[in-house]
Amino acid sequence: MSTAVLETRDLTRSYGRGSSRFDALKGVSLSIADGESVAIVGKSGSGKSTLMHLLALLDLPSTGQVMLNGNDAARVGSGTLNRARNASFGFVFQQFFLIPNASVLENVMLPLKIAGVGSRARKRRAMDALKALDMDDKARNRATDLSGGQKQRVVIARALVNNPTVIFADEPTGNLDTTTGETVADILFTLNKERGITLVLVTHDADLATRCDRSIYVKDGLIVGEEQHS
Amino acid sequence: MKLVDILKTAISATFRSKLRTTLTVVAIFIGAFTLTITSAIGTGVSSYITTQVSSIGATNAMTVTKAADAASSSSSGPKKYDPSTSASSTQGQSRAVSGQASVLTSADITKISSTKGVQTVSPSAQVSPDYIQYGTHGKYVLSLSTNSALTKADLAAGSQLSSTSTTDQILLPTTYLHNLGFASATQAVGQTVTIGITDYTGTSHMQQATVVGIQNATLFGGGAESNAALTSALESIQKTGQPASVKTNYASATITYKTGTSATAVTQLKNTLKTEGYTGQTVADQLGSFETVINAIIDVLDAFAVIALIAAGFGIINTLLMSVQERTREIGLMKAMGMGGGRIYALFSFEAIFIGFLGSALGAGIAIGVGTLISNALAGSFLSALPGLHILQFAPSSIATIILVVMAIAFLAGTLPARRAARQNPIEALRYE
Repeated sequence: MSTAVLETRDLTRSYGRGSSRFDALKGVSLSIADGESVAIVGKSGSGKSTLMHLLALLDLPSTGQVMLNGNDAARVGSGTLNRARNASFGFVFQQFFLIPNASVLENVMLPLKIAGVGSRARKRRAMDALKALDMDDKARNRATDLSGGQKQRVVIARALVNNPTVIFADEPTGNLDTTTGETVADILFTLNKERGITLVLVTHDADLATRCDRSIYVKDGLIVGEEQHS
Repeated sequence: MKLVDILKTAISATFRSKLRTTLTVVAIFIGAFTLTITSAIGTGVSSYITTQVSSIGATNAMTVTKAADAASSSSSGPKKYDPSTSASSTQGQSRAVSGQASVLTSADITKISSTKGVQTVSPSAQVSPDYIQYGTHGKYVLSLSTNSALTKADLAAGSQLSSTSTTDQILLPTTYLHNLGFASATQAVGQTVTIGITDYTGTSHMQQATVVGIQNATLFGGGAESNAALTSALESIQKTGQPASVKTNYASATITYKTGTSATAVTQLKNTLKTEGYTGQTVADQLGSFETVINAIIDVLDAFAVIALIAAGFGIINTLLMSVQERTREIGLMKAMGMGGGRIYALFSFEAIFIGFLGSALGAGIAIGVGTLISNALAGSFLSALPGLHILQFAPSSIATIILVVMAIAFLAGTLPARRAARQNPIEALRYE
């Protein structure tokens, strides 16, 4: 197995204080290898989303460490953290989070715009990403006018546009019907296999989880089991 | 994110909710429009006064009056009569001019002329001619000003009066031309007019005078003016038959000092006159007090405009808070994608500044358009008696200042929503329904 791109040690995360204190994570250690596809499986309230947020460096742990490529995320400044997220991560959310009224192209260009890529280069790269998902003919459409499956493809194009090393997908098929969901899952696993992009999938869907290399089961803030899929 | 992209994103965000942006812009527009108009009035009036002072005010003369006796009009009622100090004017006309103030006697004139720095003293003679006539065109009432030393005429044609010439000269205002029967201002110059005047005993006399110039109306009103020669000629006619016991007093006198006297020296001269019991006022002083009143009115109007702008500032806060609320997910998404809080802050600040710019630029632009039309219309009708007065003048610097001030207010108003946006937690924002 290749080197770990993401690693956690004794991760805890609690919200609130005193009697209202709630421990979402109670000590999670795991390691995700470069190019691997990992499913984090658990019911709602199990802490799987919190774990993903910590892995994606969107949140800071109460105790413990998150390492990105062997570097402790807590030791670097927020600017470096922002740049790391922008350059290395792609996000695919269940609710899409497309900017309404903006065109598909503009939505896909957003990460590049944040990165400060020039307007010509970012248009070209965004069109390439849309082409890879057969969405280039919809580039001028408004994002809100698309169907669910099309929206999710746009979201994947957006996640892909900055050539990330890791894509985080939070219930990517949750808002889609079975057929469309399968197509979207196919796209994600193809990207994982062909481009070697690490895939971190948060889901409660067992079928989707079995398509990953590995499933990590989370319950009440703890890892309760791991399973390798062939 | 590059600065240019932040600007573009902010500008496109303002147009996303058109109605809301428009309403906020209208609020700012009202304030900026008012400020532009009031500042234009200020500029217009003060520039008119400045040109008046520089074009008509003699640089080396001032009017001297006897300082008003404070006790004569105190709240404890009239002062007890004292024949030795109360010198009242012999002529009804000058009594009206002097009002409560005491008049200048011959002794006062001597005292003023001996004051250090004073070159000449010419008491304003009270000449009351009956009529003026040109050829056979009929007789018209003449109001004649004799203190021509104090001002330079704003000439429409001809030349200034000469105080040294022995010719009897008269300067007529443009408004007299038609009635007297002159075809034009240039035609009137050099013509001889007849002035009718009654002496002390009631006998009518006629005095010839040459028209040397035609003057535009000014803030000092538009009467005819006579030079020293004509004044003394008329004065002597008027005094014919006057008993020696009647003393001549004057409401005021015009003094001259050396041309090029410094402002401090002029102030010193005024102070000296003050200690002697006289009040000296230059043309600039007289117009200055007029300007002070105008400025006070403008300040009040400005205050209202600023209040309107502050209210508009709250409109900006409201608009942006709603915008931040609406775009919670978008903000969360951008933060998740690595956009720093500072950039988010800048994004919303620029949005506020842009709204401020839109409102103020539109307000100033439309104020300039409307104001120019109004100003031209007024100059041609209501204010035509004062040629050269453009009541509204738009100075580029003051308009730039207004726009910048409004943008600064907008920026301040934007800080609260921008901070709220910048501090948003991406996870909370993305979870937001």
